[in-house]
Amino acid sequence: MVMGSLRGATAIVGVAETGLGKGTKNALQLSADAAREAIEDAGLRKTDVDGLLTVTPVEVKQRFYASVLSEYLGLTPRYLNALEVGGATAATCVAHAAAAIAAGQCDTVLIIVGTARNSVWGRDKTVEALASVGHPEFEDPYGPLIPAMYALIASRHMHEYGTTHEQMAEVAVACRAHAALTPKALMRDPITVEDVLSSKPIAKPLHMLDCCLVSDYAGALIVTRADRAKSLRRPPVYVLGAGEGHTHEAISEAPNLTSFGCVTSGQVAFQTAGLGPKDVDVAELYDCFTITVLVELEDLGFCRKGEAGPFAASGALRLGGALPANTNGGLLSFANGGIFHITEATRQLRGECGARQVPGANVALAHNNGGIMSNHCTLVLGTEATL
Amino acid sequence: MTEAVKSAAPTGPRKNVPEPTSDTAAYWEAANRGELLIQRCRACGQPQFFPRSICIHCWSGDLEWQRASGKGRVYCFSVIHRAPSKAYAGDVPYVLALVELDEGVRMMTNVVGCPPDEVTVEMPVEVVFERLTDEIALPKFRPAGR
Repeated sequence: MVMGSLRGATAIVGVAETGLGKGTKNALQLSADAAREAIEDAGLRKTDVDGLLTVTPVEVKQRFYASVLSEYLGLTPRYLNALEVGGATAATCVAHAAAAIAAGQCDTVLIIVGTARNSVWGRDKTVEALASVGHPEFEDPYGPLIPAMYALIASRHMHEYGTTHEQMAEVAVACRAHAALTPKALMRDPITVEDVLSSKPIAKPLHMLDCCLVSDYAGALIVTRADRAKSLRRPPVYVLGAGEGHTHEAISEAPNLTSFGCVTSGQVAFQTAGLGPKDVDVAELYDCFTITVLVELEDLGFCRKGEAGPFAASGALRLGGALPANTNGGLLSFANGGIFHITEATRQLRGECGARQVPGANVALAHNNGGIMSNHCTLVLGTEATL
Repeated sequence: MTEAVKSAAPTGPRKNVPEPTSDTAAYWEAANRGELLIQRCRACGQPQFFPRSICIHCWSGDLEWQRASGKGRVYCFSVIHRAPSKAYAGDVPYVLALVELDEGVRMMTNVVGCPPDEVTVEMPVEVVFERLTDEIALPKFRPAGR
């Protein structure tokens, strides 16, 4: 197996998590805060940034948003774009940044994902706005909402493998337990499996506590050349591998309802990194809904197809378990941005996670999912020891 | 084989009404007459849904319409308790499902004609048409043989 040339060429050297919840700032303002926080974390200056990647916030109507954001921040990058794969975009930005830097197109890429959807829209309007994301002729007329589309996946997974709601709920319980150890997390009161099952039904089998939060947030990452990373403030977290996988847009067009592009994204990321699931010390798995973590555990190779339910129920995802996962609480309890899987994976490998630290973590996996399990991107990250 | 189940009497916010395109006009015209059409590729013989100008299996542009039997099975489903918008609030709880037609393609739909609690995966169903507007009738499915 030949490792990809991307391996170890770049490192994440700055992270930021800001504006979580509901406030008065718009996406540009939140993004500016995140940019400042990330550049300070890295010990770099605004003038060091020569690349910018972002995603257009759902509540923003302006086109060419990357250019809008760049201008707001007073940047004049040699590499710029807004990528568009929904919730998979943050990880995809890292993959693109690493490839661009490795190719010599730029040296230091600032990645920002920010949204003020909660303040601008509120929860009800967010649900309504996100209810028209299905196919306009062949899905939307039937009254779907995003949780219902994911519930279809849960329905089939339960039918094919006997997965239970209790097993799905273990994901939410683990995330909440980890959020309790994370000062910035939005939801920190512990919950039980019974709490999840008795929470308000949204689209069965998914109940309220099976569903991710709706909030404002801004996250930022700074990715730079590996040789430059060594001289900066924090221990570099190297990008060892990155992969994508895409199988459909509308869930009714998915070739398979229990296995998705995460199979490919994981394979490519692991192959480039020259590593496998057994090497992963901590996993940050996209948890827009509890079922997605179970599917990702299987498709990424952490357990066999159909066995993620018992795996989760065994306590494997908890700190101290076989595969500590979503150590800041994830989308279910920290804040609903995939970028925070990456900031958390970075913090874990730096060793700065305090009470929620996975001791001696050297390899982290961060996975982002977009659409209705439509678009996937997997990152494998590692410390200096993995080079 | 098929009949319109009920007329639309929209009150308040409107439900999402399909707007046919040049790819889909024949589909909606047939649905308006109570007929379910899928596409079949003349080059490779495979069926597909939703209708497109290109075969997703072999990329041929030589596609024809085939009348579906209207029969299939529930592939997966969810009982929706929280409507996406006010227009659907009156229907709660209702069933969102993917139905796999006997012809081998899947489509999103609602399962109607039985309490939501009685819907199961693999349940045999048959198509019915629910009128939305004068031009648009929406294929939905009810338990087979009732």
